[in-house]
Amino acid sequence: MNSRTVLSGSDIDRAVTRIAHEIVESNQGTENLVLLGIPTRGIWLAERIGKVLERSYPEFVAAESIGRLDITMYRDDLAINPTRAVTETQIPSAGIDDKIVVLVDDVLFSGRTIRAALDALGDYGRPRAVRVAVLVDRGHRQLPIRADFVGKNLPTSVAERIQVQLTETDSDNSVVIEG
Amino acid sequence: MKHLLSARELGKEQAIAILDTAIQMEQVNAREIKKLPTLRGKTVVNLFFEDSTRTRTSFEVAAKRLSADVINFTAKGSSVSKGESLKDTAQTLQAMGADGVIIRHHASGAAHTLATSGWIDASIINAGDGTHEHPTQALLDAYTIRQKLRGNEAGTDLAGLKIAIVGDIAHSRVARSNLILLQTLGAEVYLVGPATLVPGALAAHAAGSFFSLDQAILEVELDAIMMLRVQTERMTASFFPSEREYARIWGLNGDRLAKLPANTLVMHPGPMNRGLEIDAKAADSVNSVILAQVANGVSVRMAVLYHLLSGGTEID
Repeated sequence: MNSRTVLSGSDIDRAVTRIAHEIVESNQGTENLVLLGIPTRGIWLAERIGKVLERSYPEFVAAESIGRLDITMYRDDLAINPTRAVTETQIPSAGIDDKIVVLVDDVLFSGRTIRAALDALGDYGRPRAVRVAVLVDRGHRQLPIRADFVGKNLPTSVAERIQVQLTETDSDNSVVIEG
Repeated sequence: MKHLLSARELGKEQAIAILDTAIQMEQVNAREIKKLPTLRGKTVVNLFFEDSTRTRTSFEVAAKRLSADVINFTAKGSSVSKGESLKDTAQTLQAMGADGVIIRHHASGAAHTLATSGWIDASIINAGDGTHEHPTQALLDAYTIRQKLRGNEAGTDLAGLKIAIVGDIAHSRVARSNLILLQTLGAEVYLVGPATLVPGALAAHAAGSFFSLDQAILEVELDAIMMLRVQTERMTASFFPSEREYARIWGLNGDRLAKLPANTLVMHPGPMNRGLEIDAKAADSVNSVILAQVANGVSVRMAVLYHLLSGGTEID
């Protein structure tokens, strides 16, 4: 099986930094921003974006603006796949009503995860807007969903696999394409 | 995991996985919108041949919060009172497309029969069969103990905790399931009750047994004490001379509570016979977690329904 690295650790850092600034640019500031990472690696990416924002914008407090959203129980494939463990959802204490919520994930593929996340969000409140930030957009969407902030657009074939590795859970920082 | 018939079927990892899922379900139950789409399109039948308020309502709320359709089927007012057999009832439910059947029955082994007979394909959850088992009660008790004494932390077990189950052990499915599950999770379980109501076969599996509550309190530093209901409806002979004597020797009252360590949990599966196995001082004390047990019942049953009914073969 072939495998090649498409993003190195420093490529990922640069992409995260750029996404962070793009989010602030489109939001015209950091006010009302809530970043929700989707488990597992979306959580680490959201935290990394939060760190960049804290460094550049003193008024941004990561602890009050970064959370995580578990979408397991909103998935549309529960009936066909083995039961998955449910992980914790953490919504910042101010809630998501009237906030600009940015959903953060590692790879955007079919769009079904984001669809589940939109359903989950609806049960926690009514954001003013929901945006999507991903490290890699690999195409092959099955639903009318698009990313607002993309680290790298990566044309792939459906048979290929994208492995995102982040040091929070893995041995190094990289995006590898296999197949 | 397809069925939940006995606490014996739950390995340590599996039990902890269910308790961990229940933590997330508890979070859902604290939200404004207490609903998940997880079991949309699934049909869950509450098949109750015995009276119950707590367990039946708890399962009903749990299934509804997961968006399943719930059908309540009680023996009274159904064709069962016209003499329909368990087999015919099961086949009727099968024909109606039930995905999960929660059964309470006065006969020990009824849930097992339903699961293995081939009458019905649904997942079977034992909600109490005769004097045999009541596994979801044990899970919610374990959850409550972990919540109060282990900081509700995911992944933790109950290793080293000393727990006494007191009273009518012989007729109690709650005692049997708890004995098995709490020990699976690493706790030391002591059985305490009158000699007539503590079967030797069960006591042999416990960390110890006492025929005197005062002696148990004196000798073991208990982390939790679980008082059982005296089940007069299941007693076919005289197991103790009188209710007054039972209350005096076996009841948890204010005096005995004072002799327990300050933070021992007082538990009761309900419904309580106030003044018999437990008095108001103990039941309403700060040590009492009896209402927490009821609240946790919904979260734990949601977790069980999720693990059994959301497709899939094994917990990963």
